[in-house]
Amino acid sequence: MPTLSVRNLQTHFFGSAGISKAVDGVSFDVERGEILGLVGESGSGKSITGFSIIGLVDPPGRIVGGDILFQDSSIVGLPQNTMRALRGRKIAMIFQDPMMTLNPVLSIETQMVETVRAHEKVSKAEARRRAVETLGLVGIPAPEERLAAYPHQFSGGMRQRVAIAIALLHRPDLIIADEPTTALDVTIQSQILSQVQSLSRQMGMSLIWISHDLGVVAGLADKIAVMYAGRIVESGPTDEVLDRPVHPYTIGLMRSVPANLRRGEPLQPIPGMSPSPLNRPVGCPFRLRCFAATEICASEPPESRSDAHSWRCFHPQPPASQP
Amino acid sequence: MGASRFKLPSPDGFLGRSARGILSSRKATIAALVCVLLLLAATFGPLLAQQNPYDLSAINLFDARLPPMSPNSNGGIYLLGTDAQGRDMLSAMIYGLRTSLMVGLFAGLVALALGTALGLVAGYYGGWIDALMMRLVDLMLGFPAILVALMLLALLGQGVSKVILALVLVQWAQFARAVRGSALAERNKEYIEAAGSLGLSDVRIIFGHLLPNCLPPIIVIGTLQVASAIAAEATLSFLGIGLPVTEPSLGLLIANGYQSLLSGEYWMSVYPGLLLLITVFSINLVGDRLREVLNPRLAER
Amino acid sequence: MIVFLIRRLLQSAAVLLAMSVLVFAGVYAIGNPIDLLISPEATQAERAQAMHMLGLDLPLPLQYWQFLVNAFHGNLGTSFVFNQPAISLILERLPATLELSLLALIVSLVVGIPLGLIAGLKSGTAVDETIMTGSILGFSLPNFWQGMMLIMLFSVWLGWLPSAGRGETGQILGITTSLATLDGLRHLILPATNLALFQISLVIRLTRSGVRETLPLDFIKFARAKGLTERRIVFVHVLKNILIPIITVVGVEFGSIMAFAVVTETIFSWPGIGKLLIDSIMNLDRPVVVAYLLLIVTMFILINLAVDILYSLLDPRIRLGDA
Repeated sequence: MPTLSVRNLQTHFFGSAGISKAVDGVSFDVERGEILGLVGESGSGKSITGFSIIGLVDPPGRIVGGDILFQDSSIVGLPQNTMRALRGRKIAMIFQDPMMTLNPVLSIETQMVETVRAHEKVSKAEARRRAVETLGLVGIPAPEERLAAYPHQFSGGMRQRVAIAIALLHRPDLIIADEPTTALDVTIQSQILSQVQSLSRQMGMSLIWISHDLGVVAGLADKIAVMYAGRIVESGPTDEVLDRPVHPYTIGLMRSVPANLRRGEPLQPIPGMSPSPLNRPVGCPFRLRCFAATEICASEPPESRSDAHSWRCFHPQPPASQP
Repeated sequence: MGASRFKLPSPDGFLGRSARGILSSRKATIAALVCVLLLLAATFGPLLAQQNPYDLSAINLFDARLPPMSPNSNGGIYLLGTDAQGRDMLSAMIYGLRTSLMVGLFAGLVALALGTALGLVAGYYGGWIDALMMRLVDLMLGFPAILVALMLLALLGQGVSKVILALVLVQWAQFARAVRGSALAERNKEYIEAAGSLGLSDVRIIFGHLLPNCLPPIIVIGTLQVASAIAAEATLSFLGIGLPVTEPSLGLLIANGYQSLLSGEYWMSVYPGLLLLITVFSINLVGDRLREVLNPRLAER
Repeated sequence: MIVFLIRRLLQSAAVLLAMSVLVFAGVYAIGNPIDLLISPEATQAERAQAMHMLGLDLPLPLQYWQFLVNAFHGNLGTSFVFNQPAISLILERLPATLELSLLALIVSLVVGIPLGLIAGLKSGTAVDETIMTGSILGFSLPNFWQGMMLIMLFSVWLGWLPSAGRGETGQILGITTSLATLDGLRHLILPATNLALFQISLVIRLTRSGVRETLPLDFIKFARAKGLTERRIVFVHVLKNILIPIITVVGVEFGSIMAFAVVTETIFSWPGIGKLLIDSIMNLDRPVVVAYLLLIVTMFILINLAVDILYSLLDPRIRLGDA
């Protein structure tokens, strides 16, 4: 049984300007101990997917369709209290900007101890011990002393490690990481990446790593799902998708990332802009920017697969045609 | 080059917005209607009032301290009773309302003009003028208005003009600060630069171009300050250092009724107080709604 | 920190000096109090003698200098009316005003913060509307009239509470105050409520806007992701964040409360410095007015300084600086 199974999830926002279809039919599975990289540009709905899973979609948004199965039971529409018991204990989330994630006027100790005691009846001393232990796990030196500190006294990378430590306190089965390294230096980024990878292997945790950066995800994830305009357009094992991308959008993404090119090769950004979620074109949402689009693309592209590699496209690009 | 190169942002937009904003809130619409009613009552009141309570020949000392709905020796009734001198409360209240409104509006408007002018100048020129002005404003706003007014009136003595002066001195700072903020923001926009490049004089630019676009905070604060001026004048009159007895405002009426309160003759202070409350409350409701509509980020009281 | 303190102290001294000049000049220009204190039938010689005794015949600048010198020795003149040093008159009455203002401050916080919390949490609902309209009503109510209505209701009609004067005093922690006796408290209730009312509106607005600004912030979302209960989130995470600005604003307002006590003390015949001031203005008792104004200015400056220090102590970001 996969730890998480998302089936045709739809999360819409109801505003005065209309209905914004942020997540428009997303499906994927994450097995135990597996790392999924959810990749897409801003506005693709990847963060909202994460929030939908943990049940923190803010009004005026809500899940309007589909299902989310966590360890085989549905967690959509659960009463708040039940959901709250899951959060932080079985499903944890790490956010993007660690400065804003931690409450500036409370000490690290307070913020960690309260997380422990929110789910377990342990003494403050015991909770504190757990906090120290977890801080050590994520590589924070002298954790005993650091507990008394306040968020602003840490560097960006340290703060994010603290956030990760908080997520790990109850050894959750699933961690959703929403662009956790985007706000950090590249060197810190790679440190944290490798740490998270080894921790998740160690503990058998499933991890969904949300990012706009293919490069980050490439070295980390077991499988990749590429999101565009609220849908997953291509997914599969990391090597498969990165070496033999099939969907024109994925191909475009690969071509526009400098790391993928050799010296002297021109960058090829994808022309145009992603459609507003208020106003998605009918049929394939990418067709207005796609180099391979034809009239048939005005209708809903079917999902096709070959082994674990799947895509939604009328004109998947065979590997031979790629440089 | 020419006027076609820049487009003046239209200040009419906010008048329409204000009106729509008020009408879209039931609370504010009722409040606005009440304000209009009060203005009408104050303007035409003397025609409707039973008597001129300050015409000594019209009042009857024998009718003093009568409770509401008591019969009048002329055959009518004293709707709201009479005061210690035999004056009809309702008439006294109407005249009092007139005075309160006149003083409040006038003081508010003068403070508006003064504060706005100073704020515009500070915002436009910046530099040390701005710094100095803001120090002054901070100082003024740092001290409780009532004390400043008290001190001023103790120094100046009684009289309508002096009360107005005290009120203006206490209130100009609020305007100056808000307008200066607005002016600072608008100052760097293109249309000001363009106006300058056309060779318009500073005065022309400040009052002809900058001002119209700084109007929203002026309107909001203006409304709220008028309410506050009316209330402040009432307080000062109550304390005995406000308007002189010859021009009684609602505050003085209430003060006069204070002694009688303890003997149970409530009407002499309750009704004028209610009228004062309704006046200030309605103006504040309208001002609050305007604040929501025109500039929600304006400093909250 | 030390530099900061010294600078503020110097600034304060400068302001105090400037104020003393203003105050002195202003008050001494009102009128010649000699006319109050001696009979109109006195001869010129007697007048001159009396003026000389009271020091009123010296040129103004000299009078001011004399005044400053005396001030440093703690002598701010002798009341014309009471024939007692002005400063001792004021200090006698100060405790009464202080206990009234303090109680009013506490009442405004105890009533205002919960109401503001509710309004902020239920923002946009009828409850919020009602509370906000109520708060506008609160500061539209003319202070003095409201006091009179309180007297009418609770003293005259219901006969529950006394309408004037201060109650018996007792000792708390060695300080003589009427807060210590039941009778004292009975006398305090009405005036304190009267004084608190306009403050309550301010506290409600501050709390409400604080809550509205804090709730959408990332660290609140993170707190939810950790699985904390809404109660803990509101009472610890939100409250701690907004209490700091609320306390600082309210602290500064304490000076205003003391100033506004002038009205309350007049209505309730409360023997504090406010009533003393009004009486002294009426009687042209200049030394008392000067002493009062200087005292209030000093208090303001001290309060501002204290609040600044308090703020820097409460906010860990300022207190601890950067690690």
